[in-house]
Amino acid sequence: MKADSIISLDHGSGGLASQHLISGLILKHLTCPQLRDLEDCAVLGEYAGRIAFSTDSYVVDPLFFPGGDIGALAVHGTINDLAMRGARPLALSLALIIEEGFAYASLERIIASVGRCCEEAGVAVVTGDTKVVPRGKADGLFINTSGIGLASHRHDISGKKAQPGDAVIVSGTLADHGVTIMSRQAGIDIGGDIASDTQPLHRLVGALLEEDAGRIHVLRDPTRGGLATTLCEIAQSSQVEIVIEEERLPIRPAVNVACEMIGLDPLYLANEGKCLIICDRDGAEDVLQLARRMPEGRDAALIGWVSERHTGRVSLTTRIGGSRLLEPLTGQPLPRIC
Amino acid sequence: MKCADAFRSREITAPLVEEIARSLTRPVRIMEVCGTHTMSIFRHGVRSLLPPGLTLLSGPGCPVCVTPASHINAFLAAARLPQVTIATFGDLIRVPGSEGSLASARAQGARVEIVYSPIDALTLAQAEQERTVVFPAIGFETTAPTIAATILQAERLGIKNFRIIAAAKTMPQALEALMADPELQVDGLLCPGHVSAIIGADAYLPFAERYGLACAVAGFEPADILAGLLSLIRQINHGQPQVDNCYTRAVTAGGNRKAQALIAEVFQPADSEWRGLGVIGGSGLVLREKYQRFDAVQQLALKVQPAVDPKGCRCGEILKGRLLPPECPLYGTACTPLQPVGPCMVSNEGTCAAYYRYSGQKGRGGRGGERVDFH
Amino acid sequence: MCLAIPMQVVAIQGGSDELLDPEVALVESDGVRKQIRLEMADRIPAVGEYVIIHAGFAIRTLTEEEAEYNLSLMRQMAEVLEREGRLPEAPQ
Repeated sequence: MKADSIISLDHGSGGLASQHLISGLILKHLTCPQLRDLEDCAVLGEYAGRIAFSTDSYVVDPLFFPGGDIGALAVHGTINDLAMRGARPLALSLALIIEEGFAYASLERIIASVGRCCEEAGVAVVTGDTKVVPRGKADGLFINTSGIGLASHRHDISGKKAQPGDAVIVSGTLADHGVTIMSRQAGIDIGGDIASDTQPLHRLVGALLEEDAGRIHVLRDPTRGGLATTLCEIAQSSQVEIVIEEERLPIRPAVNVACEMIGLDPLYLANEGKCLIICDRDGAEDVLQLARRMPEGRDAALIGWVSERHTGRVSLTTRIGGSRLLEPLTGQPLPRIC
Repeated sequence: MKCADAFRSREITAPLVEEIARSLTRPVRIMEVCGTHTMSIFRHGVRSLLPPGLTLLSGPGCPVCVTPASHINAFLAAARLPQVTIATFGDLIRVPGSEGSLASARAQGARVEIVYSPIDALTLAQAEQERTVVFPAIGFETTAPTIAATILQAERLGIKNFRIIAAAKTMPQALEALMADPELQVDGLLCPGHVSAIIGADAYLPFAERYGLACAVAGFEPADILAGLLSLIRQINHGQPQVDNCYTRAVTAGGNRKAQALIAEVFQPADSEWRGLGVIGGSGLVLREKYQRFDAVQQLALKVQPAVDPKGCRCGEILKGRLLPPECPLYGTACTPLQPVGPCMVSNEGTCAAYYRYSGQKGRGGRGGERVDFH
Repeated sequence: MCLAIPMQVVAIQGGSDELLDPEVALVESDGVRKQIRLEMADRIPAVGEYVIIHAGFAIRTLTEEEAEYNLSLMRQMAEVLEREGRLPEAPQ
């Protein structure tokens, strides 16, 4: 089959061109038998446990960046949303909205990435959809992934469950993804060793919960809005006060330099392969040891505590011993020179 | 720099904090006039380490925030032209004009790109010859030379599709306007570190001499800020106001002559409007006749919407420390962080924005006399 | 209006043509590299020296010694050095 160089409206119309796109591109890289059947929906079988369900859409610009692409984000993002409630991901759906004129080769690259990430994560895309919209009606490519998972009865993880005295742990270095994207968007070629941290966290979470014995109260991945915004959400939900220490925050030196150059605050930049773990103080050391033994958690660090007060606020103890309140992000983070 | 971390280490800052507490014998009011100082003070939680009795006022030192609506309207007028790409510093994106900001213009289809350097705007013009790239040229004396150098490069390369809207301002005239106000009660001035690297520490001698104002030139690391504050307190205690350069690694008495020459080559002083403060004589930089062809307003025949001063905006008095944010009629109603009117709210760390976020008081009410602990 | 950070100069590049290939400094810190314009630097840095960078331009060239001196002034202000009997000398 001749590979068209661009995607046209015909590719989304359901006819021959659509079928060629699916068989020649999509199924070439997404090999789950269920998907190949091309039924109207996938029937997953019988499972014992509580069903978890999540959805997310991906509109990132640029589509390709050091460390990953929109396809990788789409797979990892939804797997992680399930993992953050302690659910084991079972299956994903993949819906594409493609702008007419989008390069075929780019689409192939992204779908190949989806396939690879699914294989590495051990979670398959079992159903999907493809639409093409006229030029100008979409910014290149929009992706939606939804995921079904199985949450066990043993754990009830939620943003409402942080307790005074709890330890606040982050599974690795902060702001890697956000800096990678921001420096591109601002047209800055920072260079250096900076790449997106996009990765699936379900294995890390699975291992932590196996050991747990009910000591993990909250799991949350600090994506948009960064660590600060996510902590604010949890502090509000749980009606507690969280205090974190600047000196304890694991941030790569290159990320710090890049943030200083562009005028960004790493606390407000997105992470795509990290999670916050709020657990019993007594369990903190075990959680850290376990996380650090796994590649996904090798830079895990204890960053603070839930205090005895119930202000719903988050406070940062600065490197020089000062203190400031962290507010949730309003609007997008912007580079500054002022 | 091997010792870079030291400027933000407790080993250096803790003794300075201690000395400040020890040295403060009476209430002292210090104004800092640099947006980057405001940000740094906030970021490192400096206020939480200062003794009560030391009042830090945030002056009109953020060039973005004092860019008046009339200038924003000029940027918007350019943005609306179909062949124009606006290449701007990120700081400007959300600053409001009379009708919207560059962000809302972009949402409505205008080409607005964020650049890190004015040189990047010139590079963009070279890459997109069919478009006209317009650079909103805001900034103080730290940024003005970078814009001047870019104009000179554009001139030498014969680039025809690059323009600026001249909106840069200079600090000393604004400081003069503030200090000359007899109602302004300020004992010391924390002088902007990088503006001073350009204009020289000696630029503040007239303020020490004429107004008896203690001056300290300070950098932006926590140690720099604390050292500057300590110097001011000591000067005030001894009754010997002078200009103390605490940022010796970046600032000299005479400043950066090369940078000064760049500014003088391309720009000349003109009266300039400051948001919230009105027109301050000779405080703006406009293109010299020789470089007029780079002026977007003229060359693109921009029709700039006249700015109507929002009734009730009291930024001027807040900037001078005469009024608390809740005492402004617009605070919390017409003027909020998401829809700011004056610079005190436009800046994330402006007096009103900070008050709104940290004091818990989101509405009007003259709770006069109550100082807010911002931490 | 002052966001600027010091970074070390690891190379001086270009300079073959004042117009089309002006001299620029390559700075580096922790693996982050950037080309910086030198038109407004008070003096052209030597490799190994530092520049304070604002909006893609070097606004000031400085040495490690100058930074150390500034630091020691701060120590002195807080009287740490004075107590220890070690006062700084200005660099030449």
